[in-house]
Parts: sequence; C-alpha cells; structure tokens
Amino acid sequence: MSDEKPPPNNRCLFAMKRSLLLLTAGLLAYAGAARAQTKYLTKTGNVSFFSATPIEDIAAQNNQVAAVVDVSTGQLAFSVPIKGFVFKRTLMQEHFNENYLESDKFPKATFSGRFTGADAAELAQPGPHAVQATGDLAIHGVTHRVATPATLELKNGQLLATASFSVASADYNIEIPLLVRNNIAKIVTVRMALACAPVPGAVGATSAPR
Amino acid sequence: MSRNVLFSPFFAVLLLAACVGTRPAHAQTDLLNDLERQTADSTKREVVTATFKGTHIINAQSIETPGLGTLVFLIQHRFGTLNSGAYNFFGLDQAVLRLSFEYGLTNRLAVGVGRSNIEKTFDGFVKYKALQQTTGAQPMPVSVTLFASSALTTLKFSSAAGVADRSTASRVDYAYQVLIARKFTPGLSVQLMPTLVHRNYVVLAGMQNDVYALGAGLRQKLSKRIAFTADYFYVLPGYVADTYRNALGVGVDIETGGHVFQLHFTNSKGMTEKFFVPQTSGNFFNGDIYFGFTVARNFTVKSQLK
Repeated sequence: MSDEKPPPNNRCLFAMKRSLLLLTAGLLAYAGAARAQTKYLTKTGNVSFFSATPIEDIAAQNNQVAAVVDVSTGQLAFSVPIKGFVFKRTLMQEHFNENYLESDKFPKATFSGRFTGADAAELAQPGPHAVQATGDLAIHGVTHRVATPATLELKNGQLLATASFSVASADYNIEIPLLVRNNIAKIVTVRMALACAPVPGAVGATSAPR
Repeated sequence: MSRNVLFSPFFAVLLLAACVGTRPAHAQTDLLNDLERQTADSTKREVVTATFKGTHIINAQSIETPGLGTLVFLIQHRFGTLNSGAYNFFGLDQAVLRLSFEYGLTNRLAVGVGRSNIEKTFDGFVKYKALQQTTGAQPMPVSVTLFASSALTTLKFSSAAGVADRSTASRVDYAYQVLIARKFTPGLSVQLMPTLVHRNYVVLAGMQNDVYALGAGLRQKLSKRIAFTADYFYVLPGYVADTYRNALGVGVDIETGGHVFQLHFTNSKGMTEKFFVPQTSGNFFNGDIYFGFTVARNFTVKSQLK
C-alpha cells in the first residue's frame, strides 16, 4: 500500500513540458508585442461644434484637446477641457460654462474607445484611411456608447485624425431653457481635427498582464 | 494514468486566452487615465469667471467688466417710494432713470457713459480688472477691480431768480472705488468696496467734500438662473449729516438668454455713486423703499472668434 504517487510516465511529462513551453512562449510573444506599440499624442487638438437654427447660428472652437491614438492595438482616447471652448460672444461662453455644461462640476468631456477598419500595416500606406471609431463618450457626467466614421492618415510622421459626429444635448442632460430653445439646435455637429506626434520610445505602461 | 488537468495544453491555451481577453477592457480606460496623467499640469492656474452675473449688484458696481468687444446697454429704472400712498400708485407714478453704455476695450479694461435724470447728470467711468481670482497653482484668493467715475450735473441753476449759475468745476463729482470680491462657491459671491466720493461743491457749510464709505455686496444663487442680491454702503461717521442714511438694496437677478433682469428694493433714490453713497435719505423701516429694476442687454461688437 504505497501512498506515493506513481512517477509521471513519459507521455505525461512531455505534455507538461509542452504546455509550459506554450504558455511561456505565448506570454513572451505577447509581452514582446506590447513593447512594439506605437502611440501618437497631441495636447493641442482642435474640436469645434456648430448649431444651426433659423434664429441663430452658434459656433465654438477649442484648441486644447488632448488625444492619444495607439495604432497597434487600435485604441484611442481624447479629453476636452470644457472651459477651452471659445465663442463669438463672451456672454454665450459664460452661459455655456455656468448653466449648460456646468464646467465647474464636469471640467472635461472624454472619449475612450477603439477604431476598426485599418490596422498598423495599412495605416503605414500613404493617404487617408477610413475607419470606424466606437467607444464611450462622456459629457456632463453622462456616458454613451457612440460609433462614428473617422479618417486616419499618417503624414510626415504625424498621425492626422479627423471625425465628424452628432451630439444631442438631451442625451447628456444638458438643459436648454425654454426661452432660448429655438436658438439652439437639438442636435449639434461636432468636428474633430487632431495632428498627433509619435510618442518617443513608447512602452505600453500596462504591458504586463494582470 | 493520472492526468493532472493543470498540465494539459488545452489549459495553457485557455490561460493565455484569459490573459489576452481581460486586457483590452482595462487598457481602454487605462489609455484615458494615462492621457489625463500626462496632461495634468501642476503649474496651471485657472481664472474664476462669472463671480457676478452683470456689471452691477444693485446700486453698486460689481467686479465684472463686459469682456472684450462686448457693449452693454443698461437701463436702470427706479419708481417712487412705496409709502407714497394709493393716489401715487404706491410710487409707480414717479420714476428715476439712468441709461448707460459700457464697453469692454479688453478683457480687463472697460469704459462707460451714462445719464441720470436726477439733476440731469452725465457720468463717465473707467473700470479695470487689476487682479483676478484664480485656482490651481499659486491661487489668488480675490478679484480686485478699480473703478473711477466722474459725474457732471447739467442743471440750469440760473433759471431760478437770484441764483447765480454754477461753474463747470462746481458741477462735477468724482467717485473712486476698489472693488474686492471672492467667489466662495459657485453659488455665493461676496464683495467689499472701499469708496471715496469727492464733491467739488457742497451746498451747506459743514458738509464734507470728501465722503468715505465702505460698501459690501453679495450674490447668492437660488437656482441656475435666479439669484438673490444685496448691497449696503456704510458711510464712515462724521462725513455726512445725520439726516442721511446708509444705502441698502435687496433684490433678485433673473437671467434670460442675452438679458439680466434685476428687480430690487432700495432706500436710495439715485443710481450714481454721488447720489446713493452720501445722499440717501430713505428710511427702510418707514417705508421709504424704492422699487426698481435694471435691464442689461449685451451686444457683441467685436467677435472673440477670428
């Protein structure tokens, strides 16, 4: 009556070695791939929005958009400081920040998602590439899943990204008072134009799997 | 034979897949967090804006200026006292008016002209935002605006029999203020105003040419568009006769699109510094309360956007 385990036979040993090898190889390859990520970053991206109504057209520009695009994993994120929007009228800017978007409470609008339709190899080809960007857009404390077509182009070492999408103020709890409801379109067109510079020696900060 | 499942190649692949599978979701928000961390600037200072809704609290000027390229047209209207009786429709029959234009030459400097019907006074002023309240690195706790105005009365004194006409110099009064305000919370702003009014001509001997006062004002938001406002001027003792009182005003601001409506009750008849600081004679508790309103309309003369 021996309590010892029978010694692993050859077939079992081989299986064990093979799976360990597989696992290690896989992890190494994965980590290796992470180190080859290429990121593009900008802190002066442009976003503008436009609202057209029969009564009044409203436009604003913001040149303080921070954005990062990770070409090899297809992820992208941007952050827009609300106080950076410049309007034609000073009073409009004040109302926008104080009453509509409440920028003291919600200082930034953010997007976090990924793009599909062109991988790193395709983007290396010159010319604009149409992609589909999907992700979570958070404005005024409300987050919605959005999908929009966008254009990516690698030019002179910079990654140029443009997109145009619609935002409905009601979707994000932005309250427009009755008196000016006809002055502001229910759906506003937002345009983004980013010129991102490559991040030197980019190592994914989260390359180690958890 | 014993087959330990942990050693199966199938499990290895599963483990690897699990590692890969859980990464993307974390990575998406990680990318955003990375971005936020990279763009967080510890030396950034942010200017506190919209301490008050308009350029006036009630009687007093606020620290706000119209802003670059903005022209503000102000109509200040005050009726008669509420204790005027029903025959005078509780004061609504009488009216005191001031019309003025204010223009922002830059985001900090503003100039303005106005005319009141009391003593047919024209006034001109300059307002400069010397300091702005900031948050962030090296915060500035208060906003300070400097205000200087001169008022000229254009009454024809010689129309009364036996009264000599007055020289131009004797028709002018000056007012100087240092407006110091702080936005404590998004709803509450408080302002202090050391004030000097200089009168070139005083009617009676014994009246002071220089009157020193300390004003205080506040704005408390009641909702997004409605705020409660109040201001009070305490004249330092000895500078005006005892028959004159300190000016007190309480009111409500209603904001609608491009206008700010200010409805208020005050014991002061005049709306220029030379009137409400040293010459307020209404007794609030006696019913000498003037109901009035101010409408401020903003026009954009020069667009901020190129």
